[in-house]
Amino acid sequence: MHIAEGVLSPPVLIGGAVITLAGLAYGLRSINADNVPRVGVMSAALFVASLIHVPVGVSSIHLLLNGLAGLLLGWAVFPAVFVALLLQTILFQFGGLTTLGVNTATMALPALLCYLLFGRLLRRQGALGVVASFLGGALAVALAGVLTAAALLLSNAEAFTTAAAALLVAHIPVMLVEGVICAFCIAFLRTVKPRMMPKPRNTRERVDVG
Amino acid sequence: MALAEPFSTGNSLLHRLDPRAKLVAAIVWSVTLAALNDLRVLLLGVICAAVLLVAARLNLPRLLQRLLVVNIFIAFLWLFLPWSTGGEAVATWGPITITREGLLLSLQLTLRCNAIVWACIALLGTSRLVDVAQALRALRVPQKLVLILFFCVRYIQSIHDEYGRMAAAIKLRAFKPRTTFHTYRTYANLVGLLLVRGHDRADRVHEAMVCRGFDGRLRTLDHRRLQKRDIAAAALLTGLTIILVVFECLTTG
Repeated sequence: MHIAEGVLSPPVLIGGAVITLAGLAYGLRSINADNVPRVGVMSAALFVASLIHVPVGVSSIHLLLNGLAGLLLGWAVFPAVFVALLLQTILFQFGGLTTLGVNTATMALPALLCYLLFGRLLRRQGALGVVASFLGGALAVALAGVLTAAALLLSNAEAFTTAAAALLVAHIPVMLVEGVICAFCIAFLRTVKPRMMPKPRNTRERVDVG
Repeated sequence: MALAEPFSTGNSLLHRLDPRAKLVAAIVWSVTLAALNDLRVLLLGVICAAVLLVAARLNLPRLLQRLLVVNIFIAFLWLFLPWSTGGEAVATWGPITITREGLLLSLQLTLRCNAIVWACIALLGTSRLVDVAQALRALRVPQKLVLILFFCVRYIQSIHDEYGRMAAAIKLRAFKPRTTFHTYRTYANLVGLLLVRGHDRADRVHEAMVCRGFDGRLRTLDHRRLQKRDIAAAALLTGLTIILVVFECLTTG
């Protein structure tokens, strides 16, 4: 869930903006000119995927896929998430200009962490690769929920306690579903398009999306 | 339509302003309002934003629908804040105590959010996305980031169309979404296929662009110069925000 305009306190907004600017600066440097279109398309695919609703019990959720994006894009996930959120801001007013920093950080930071933790395990055959991709998808959503709740709590700890707790509980089913979908999706890509999998450790090629 | 821009066409004063001037005004307005706290000042901000919305002469049903969606997050907070904030009790139902502080805080967030969002719809929604992207470039946002934005805008529609075709295809094969691994696997494959096709499309288009001399820079045929009324409009809005800040300082002493 993206935090709306006018809810967070200025220090939290500034903190989020600083993290996002740093992530963007490093992320953009890591994208070479030939990969720019691919990052744009990934960003578009994420935007469309977030419109897909998946049933969970009697209700349904929409996909976040920040873990999947992180695993496939590495550092470039910062610009990709930023652009997708900027478009949502301009088109639907989900989030806003001042919360763009916080919202990008809460989505992209966990995605990056999952890439650093699990990125190199994805190419492994068998259970290890499956578990790594499940954890990548699930952990990214869980941490996104934790960071969003933290942003609320840091703004006004007393008033937002219950709202933040509700937000965290709501992320639990999403986390499990995202983990499963991320694992299946990585397995699919490994068979159909191995080029899109993260490269083994190599600074030059790390952001090569394909 | 995934990328409907229902407010971007029109002939109001706001539609005719230069996107660069509107973008600067929107940023100044959002950043300032996010830091204001006094309820009366925020109410004044909402009124100013409402004047902008009226001046933009947008399609009313669409606008109301949009505002309703925006306030879902605010409604979520109204569910919790009035009783989870400590302070002077206003009403009590069983274990739940509604406090004055909680109500005031909810009202403050609602006003602040709407003052910012209304102004942003009036300022940013009235330009086409590609024009906003060009305006970002004019404000020295890095070339690569603006290019990613351009590619993203360009591909959202085609990827969404692709998604529509695939969704129809699985439906024709009697797929019914349930809470099962089969359902999740199907959606995962669908997302995977979207990514693969998007990836291939990006490669093809990039090769075609390179063949036509693309060197990583954006060029535009639209060399609009900032006019007096653009600068005046941006200055007017900046002046308004300064007045709001002054009011805030006066009220808090």
